[in-house]
Amino acid sequence: MAREITGMVERRGFGLWLTHLVMIAGVLVIFFPIWLAFVASTVTQPEIVRPPMPLWPGDQLIENYTAALFAGVNVPVLTMLGNSLIMAVGIAVGKIIISLTSAFAIVYFRFPGRNMFFWLIFLTLMLPVEVRIVPTYEVIAGFGMLNSYQGLIFPLIASATATFLFRQFFLTIPDELAEAAHVDGASPMQFFWDILLPMSRTNIAALFVILFIYGWNQYLWPLLITTDPSMNTIVMGIRQMFPSGDDVADWPVIMATSILAMIPPVVVVISMQKLFIRGLVDSEK
Amino acid sequence: MEKRVTFKGWLLPLCLIAPQVFISAVFFFYPAGQAVWQSLFIPDPFGLSSQFVGLGNFEYLLGDPYYRASFLTTAVFSTLVTLASMIPALFLAVMADRLVKSAGTYRTLLIWPYAVAPAIAGVLWMFMFNTRVGVVSWYLGQLGYDWNHVLNGTEAMGLVVAASAWGRISYNFLFFFAALQAVPRSIIEAAAIDGARFWRRFFTIVLPLLSPTTFFLLVVNIVYAFFETFGVIHTITAGGPQQSTTILVYKVFSDGFVSQDLGSSAAQSVILLLVVGLLTVLQFKYIEKRVHY
Repeated sequence: MAREITGMVERRGFGLWLTHLVMIAGVLVIFFPIWLAFVASTVTQPEIVRPPMPLWPGDQLIENYTAALFAGVNVPVLTMLGNSLIMAVGIAVGKIIISLTSAFAIVYFRFPGRNMFFWLIFLTLMLPVEVRIVPTYEVIAGFGMLNSYQGLIFPLIASATATFLFRQFFLTIPDELAEAAHVDGASPMQFFWDILLPMSRTNIAALFVILFIYGWNQYLWPLLITTDPSMNTIVMGIRQMFPSGDDVADWPVIMATSILAMIPPVVVVISMQKLFIRGLVDSEK
Repeated sequence: MEKRVTFKGWLLPLCLIAPQVFISAVFFFYPAGQAVWQSLFIPDPFGLSSQFVGLGNFEYLLGDPYYRASFLTTAVFSTLVTLASMIPALFLAVMADRLVKSAGTYRTLLIWPYAVAPAIAGVLWMFMFNTRVGVVSWYLGQLGYDWNHVLNGTEAMGLVVAASAWGRISYNFLFFFAALQAVPRSIIEAAAIDGARFWRRFFTIVLPLLSPTTFFLLVVNIVYAFFETFGVIHTITAGGPQQSTTILVYKVFSDGFVSQDLGSSAAQSVILLLVVGLLTVLQFKYIEKRVHY
């Protein structure tokens, strides 16, 4: 009897295979654009511009990727990869540091203006840089930060998601720990370094994964403030590789660049899947 | 929720909170304030002086057929992106949930388009449907359908929706899948004993239990479609043809940076600020709801 009921809930036989079939079809459809880009990055330009292009990889992989990495179109892709890495890590690390300290201050201290600061930070929770681009651009230009890493990084760490997340986490930490620190005569900063930080390790790692991807995938902001090609990030740089007017785009190199731009965040997501899912769920709470 | 045990002192916490307050003030509140201030002026063409016009920029915007069209475009675009990313994700999650053993493998396979930047997704889809070299557009041509999103506004909209929804399916899948796994097996089995078939169980039991997740995803996907799809639009259509894919965020960009119409761009920023505020309130309602569970 029990087996029969399970059989009604979990599919066996034909139903099971049909479900697998649907899933595989779904995965293939979702994969197709990436597959096509990969194929295009392994064939020659004439094979692409005479449609239909092949659907199976060619033998130009090394040539195309070497051309992209070391020559590129406006600037070697290697330079853009470096810029993206600095920007993504800078945003992730910067945001984590300022959020950890401000969440610590808000949760573990009572000081004048605490509530006001909390709400000031909180207000920044959902406003993306896209909404305030013109004035933010003017601020950055005023500081002389156009075409600089500071200019790429600072405006994007002004958001409260991470602060809010750490605040929520600190609130779940038992009061006894802070009491014990009091009894042992530990200073607040000792408590922060020796107890709070080690306990937050997983949260920090999960948040790092999310913020790294967020920073890596930025488009509009780098597009505005990096006019010098040597400061372009890879995600925004791809658009700049298309010729203006009627010239034919160098598709194999552009597609090789697209694949290269995807690799770092995809590797981060796949290799840290558990942390990634945790970070995603936490940061949206 | 407050801590009972706290540390003494006020200088240290002020120093600890200072970096974030400083960065928020300089790169967030000041620019947001500037946007509100600039929205009340019209600068002269040389940028030397500007004239106070009160709410003139807003009045002009609300009467401007292009701006109204952009509002409508944004509404259509975000509705379509939300539906096109949530429905396939829910379907795949329901399917994966039935496969107890291999669900994890499918999750790994489906997860990673999330990591692909919207701008890259734009390039990939633009390549597939390119009027000269695109594979999909070529096969469509063989079938007798002449695809041209460069001239046809409806096709352009379809393409930017598909490219925007594509990576988002992963994200929605993760949340739906997690929510499905949390549905108590006993309820499902009880319904099965009562003779309810799979899809009946799904619509009468599972879907209502998923409603908090669904509501949450609705809000975040709308926010995504509003603000994070700039890269897709810019790489595929640049707002065209005839502004048929000019969503509000794209218009702030093109009026502010391309046409240098700063007053109007600032007024549009202020309107977007209000939209964001509204969506934030919605999201908070959701958080509150969850706390009551």
